[in-house]
Amino acid sequence: MDYVISLLRALTGEALAPTTAAFALAAIGLNIHFGFTGLINMGQAAFLLVGAYGFAISLTSGLPIGVAVLIGLLCGVIFALILGVPTLKLRGDYLAIVTICAAEIIRMVGRSSILTDVTGGSNGITGSSYRDAFTALSPLPDGQTTILWFTYDNNGVSGWWIRIVAWGLVALLCVIVFLLSRSPWGRVLKGIREDEDAVRSLGKNVFSYKMQALVFGGVIGSLAGIIYVLPSSVQPDALGRSTTFFIWTALLLGGAATVFGPVLGAVLFFSVRLLIRTLAGDFIPASIMSNQQADQFSYVLVGVALMCLIIFRPQGILGNKKELSFSV
Amino acid sequence: MKPDTTIAPPTPLRPALFVTVLTLLLALAGAFLSVMIAPEPARAQGGATASCAVDADTACIQGSIRTSEGEPASGVVLTVTGPGGFEGTAEVDGTGRWALPVTEGGQYTVALDTDSLPDGEFLTNAEQDERMVNATLGANAGVIFQLSATEGATTGDTAAAFNWERVGQQLASGIRLGLLLALAAIGLSLIYGTTGLSSFSHGEQVTLGGLLAYVFANQLGMNIFLAAMLTVVLCAATGFIQDWAIWKPLRRRGLSLTQLMIVTIGLSIALQYAFQYFFGAATVRIQTANPSTVTLAGITLTVQSYVAMGVSIVVLVLTGLFLTKTRTGRATRAVSDNPALAAASGIDVDRIIRLVWTVAAGLAGLSGVMLGLVLNGVNWMTGLQILLLMFAAVTLGGLGTSFGALAGSLIIGVIVELTNLVLPGDFKYATALLILIVILLFRPQGIFGRAERIG
Repeated sequence: MDYVISLLRALTGEALAPTTAAFALAAIGLNIHFGFTGLINMGQAAFLLVGAYGFAISLTSGLPIGVAVLIGLLCGVIFALILGVPTLKLRGDYLAIVTICAAEIIRMVGRSSILTDVTGGSNGITGSSYRDAFTALSPLPDGQTTILWFTYDNNGVSGWWIRIVAWGLVALLCVIVFLLSRSPWGRVLKGIREDEDAVRSLGKNVFSYKMQALVFGGVIGSLAGIIYVLPSSVQPDALGRSTTFFIWTALLLGGAATVFGPVLGAVLFFSVRLLIRTLAGDFIPASIMSNQQADQFSYVLVGVALMCLIIFRPQGILGNKKELSFSV
Repeated sequence: MKPDTTIAPPTPLRPALFVTVLTLLLALAGAFLSVMIAPEPARAQGGATASCAVDADTACIQGSIRTSEGEPASGVVLTVTGPGGFEGTAEVDGTGRWALPVTEGGQYTVALDTDSLPDGEFLTNAEQDERMVNATLGANAGVIFQLSATEGATTGDTAAAFNWERVGQQLASGIRLGLLLALAAIGLSLIYGTTGLSSFSHGEQVTLGGLLAYVFANQLGMNIFLAAMLTVVLCAATGFIQDWAIWKPLRRRGLSLTQLMIVTIGLSIALQYAFQYFFGAATVRIQTANPSTVTLAGITLTVQSYVAMGVSIVVLVLTGLFLTKTRTGRATRAVSDNPALAAASGIDVDRIIRLVWTVAAGLAGLSGVMLGLVLNGVNWMTGLQILLLMFAAVTLGGLGTSFGALAGSLIIGVIVELTNLVLPGDFKYATALLILIVILLFRPQGIFGRAERIG
């Protein structure tokens, strides 16, 4: 019984971690691209990376945190514009290949040795060099707080302050997405997803709407990147292709084209993986499966889950099959 | 956009479990053999250094020095000087690592004592035997020294190192990479041509080839040619099984191409981690002996490289002859051109697609074996690293055209290696991907493609 309780505590802790919130934000951004507009963006991790770089480099060079956040988001806007101009007129799978390549270019340039002075090369930027400015904003007193069974430092690396901010942003963006999806603008996006030519025949500038969606989702991605690196560090290799695919898995698991799908998907993605890891680590002898292998096994299941999801339930847990288009 | 290749009505759904189990079986099929044989699968080494632990008040200046043969250069002495008159020395231990704890952040200078180097080893870029490093408390600061067996060698990342000999050398490496890339890319292109699918799991087929060759040649000690042939047959079998178990049922279900593409992404994730599960994250070598080199016309390459290039050319020519001269080959091209018309003229489209998957997986496996031999090893991400190069090659040549894939591969291979001449090595793949984006901007149908393909 104690085992079950401690396991549940670990799972809920993982579900509410700041990294989970960052993933949820990234998936919300991707949901704007894919769920609402039908853009197959396979480079979402690069939006996180440029946002994180913009934020961390601005802070380490001495700018105030507000400006740093704006620069991080601006990096997302610029990346979306650069990406959008050549790709938004192409067919879906071309868009996928171009976005994935652009994301790899960002990662490779970020980790290259000649930029070591700026981006820290493949070592990245350590969290301690930019985290203090964020901690200084905290209105919370120092010390620890326990709510239910969650005990964290108020202002620690992964404490209450970052959790409150991260999940507050998730909630805020859920509301914004809810309102936007019911607005005329959101309806045009859904129209583009369903039938681009029909929307064009109504006199709408499809390219412009797609670009707006790409920029908006990308900015949310950059915000996710800032949240993602606050409790850890900026590591270009941690925000590579795999991260993009995991964000996709989270989105498709929860349900694309829904408001809460990305959040539910991110929470499930992290807690179910932890569950698999823990159970495999505790009950399968190390001679058959070591702890490291248990972790890899959980990722194998992620891959298989992604395959099964897209085949058998492409609308995810919360989605509506009619709302989803995989038209290529 | 291509019309659906199947005309048959959708068959009843296969049970979810069935596909799942088969996928897993497939993912583990190649690797399970090695578990039976390999007593100690290679594991990633932990990054911790025994003599220094990072905490809030300590930073570790550290590095790893190996001889030109890749052995730990134990006994090499380094002197570290830094702020506040700090001076300390570190010695490379038996695993090739060294580390020195410092308790103050700032800029440190690390000097290598060249007298302590092992006999016959020299420092690369010897005019710089000092490195500057910024240490931050609570973090590791890495310092790189590279050794070489020849005195006065340079890594050549300076503009001064440009000379025509290097151009020739890089050009040869580029053609080598291009030929190996072409083997895998032709399969990718055939799959795209006949089914319209951009397969993201094709890179893992390459990795599978390399790892199977490692099992056969290294773990079981087979002759390398026998091992390569066995690998290609097994890889081709995985292609056959994949089409039978996954792709054909999914085509019948009428999944859209985007959905199929995401299925290949899922398969690719599952396979990558299955490889790590069984082989660890470290690079394994198919042949352990140090390769001997041959110099032809001033260009030095390993024997394996020449053999691999020769094999590639023969196999590519055979594939080309198959596609143009045989009935089945012509049928394949007919399906690529227009599946519905091909089906109407009596070609069994499903049989052709099954064949394409089998051949594509076999060629990818062969490419993996030879990449493993040429690049001195293979690990779980070998295929992942060249997947995007394959896409670049296939797009450059024109999606769905096999001869375009060959030309595109050669161009991409040469570009990747020539980039090394002007930019640091980090950028070589980035350049190829940038070219891919530029092509899609100005000529999305590629060199040999026709405009109607882009939809």
